[in-house]
Amino acid sequence: MTKPLVFEKPLGMRDTLPDLYEIKSKSRSAMEQAVQKWGYRFMQTPTVEYYDTVGEASATLEQQLFKLLDQEGKTLVLRPDMTAPIARVAASTMQGHSQPMRIAYSANVFRAQQQEGGHPAEFEQFGVELIGDGSTSADGEVIALMIETLEHVGLRNFQVAVGHLGYVDVLFKEILGTDERVEKLKRFLYEKNYVGYKQHVKNLPLSSIDQKRLLDFLHLRGENKLEDAEKLITSTRGYEAIEELHALRECLKAFGVNEITTLDLTLVSHMTYYTGVVFEGYAPKLGSPISNGGRYDDLLGKFDNKAKATGFGIDLDYLMEAIQTAETKPFTHCVIFSEKHRKEAYAFVRKLRDQGGMVVAQDIKGIGSLDAYTEQFSNVTYYLGKEEGGEQ
Amino acid sequence: MSSSTLTIAMPKGRIFEEAVQLLREAEYILPPEFEDSRKLILEIEEANLRFILAKPMDVPTYVEHGVADVGIAGKDVMLEEKRNVYEVLDLGISRCYLAVAGIPGTELDTVAPKIATKYPNVASSYFRSQGKQVEIIKLNGSIELAPLIGLADRIVDIVSTGRTLKENGLVETEKIIDITSRFIVNPVSYRIKANAVDEMVHRLDKVIEGKEIAR
Repeated sequence: MTKPLVFEKPLGMRDTLPDLYEIKSKSRSAMEQAVQKWGYRFMQTPTVEYYDTVGEASATLEQQLFKLLDQEGKTLVLRPDMTAPIARVAASTMQGHSQPMRIAYSANVFRAQQQEGGHPAEFEQFGVELIGDGSTSADGEVIALMIETLEHVGLRNFQVAVGHLGYVDVLFKEILGTDERVEKLKRFLYEKNYVGYKQHVKNLPLSSIDQKRLLDFLHLRGENKLEDAEKLITSTRGYEAIEELHALRECLKAFGVNEITTLDLTLVSHMTYYTGVVFEGYAPKLGSPISNGGRYDDLLGKFDNKAKATGFGIDLDYLMEAIQTAETKPFTHCVIFSEKHRKEAYAFVRKLRDQGGMVVAQDIKGIGSLDAYTEQFSNVTYYLGKEEGGEQ
Repeated sequence: MSSSTLTIAMPKGRIFEEAVQLLREAEYILPPEFEDSRKLILEIEEANLRFILAKPMDVPTYVEHGVADVGIAGKDVMLEEKRNVYEVLDLGISRCYLAVAGIPGTELDTVAPKIATKYPNVASSYFRSQGKQVEIIKLNGSIELAPLIGLADRIVDIVSTGRTLKENGLVETEKIIDITSRFIVNPVSYRIKANAVDEMVHRLDKVIEGKEIAR
């Protein structure tokens, strides 16, 4: 093991330099406004949580958790997402609050990178949770709000895929009978291994009709597939899931976002975490989803609370890559002064700042190369000897 | 380049020719000099396709990061790299298998059995599943050398005809898994370029099915 060199950072950790910081914070406030308009209120939770509570409940894989020990030897984690901590708060500290609750957050989350670089290990997530509402309107609301939020920061040409894990579970259970077999087949979907899925189905002791139903399932992606999905179902619980999808479609139409969303029942973003509607947002030229979310009705149960909930999270760093705004440098003014003229310079600077300008006051003694330094400003005023008040 | 252009990561070397052949059978019109070119990026504007030529082991990496929408990769590479991509089709080309091999009559060392391989993850999980703890030595090629010269007790490698093993006096001791090439898709491209991807999957599938029946 070599000692890190002075400029090195742990794998996946990144600096945010002023230019990016400014674009990021501008986007963040645009998104904050968007969700506040829908009545969501922001909150914060600690960066460090117990592994046994938030770590266990989170949807993040065990090997991606950053773990540390406290003085008593208890295992802690750097929060891998915000949903689990908010579920903890909703189930405990905020238990008395009347539901449904609308909570928003913007925070850094941590996921260790194993293999290589290319993905950040610490990144900012922006999202909302709608807790205590099991209705389809709630599912529609978070999808519509996610779309509005992304549009509000200037993202264009993105798409949202909407799936339903309840449907997948019911269909598989109808055909396969046991939870064990359902889980086995579902894992192929989760691992995105369709070749393995098809081979597995062909080797199952099923009637050719049932095999065909499972193979046809892989095509339930795209427009007008809801009717096809309905044909595969035979049980009452299955029809309930279909009903829900019909209702959701109507709801998304009412929100006016049905053009952006596509039904995709093959979307299995997690094995156990999500329980109903799931969705992912995609932007062109980005290799990973820019946002995701869904209904997680069992999560609060892990904190001894039965409330149903749904929410979305947007990856702010990916979003920055996707919008690629050609941001121009902010207009800044620099006032360069000598010690002798400091007082007048400061008075002038204060006046400019009071008028809303961004002004740097800089003692001439502190500058090495004057030309190189002044290059970065849009305007420079000198308070030096005779040239006082003169502009360049 | 229009936004509907599909970027395809192709594996250089052994699989390349078979993959090109398959695309031609699927009625993609590729220029005749395609195979001879040394360029790493080839654009075919009429077909809205762009090919990138990568090391076979790197194909899933390009696809996972989304710089290629789709790719052709061996199952061996998929097992080794465990990338977050859709494995949509078994192309049925470049058939071979992963196997364990060694010098005939030799046993695994009881204290520290050593395995030389290009596939450390596959080898490690295979021996774990057999209830054995082994030490893996990563090599980048000419794996057969390792047992001959005393670097390892066994090797884990691709076997297609078995000739290389035979010529070097090695025998296959266990077969691990059959390998063919797969058509893989980036998770975002799978949805945002669904039409172009589905079209390609459909055309390739038709060719493969025809071959299955003929076999």
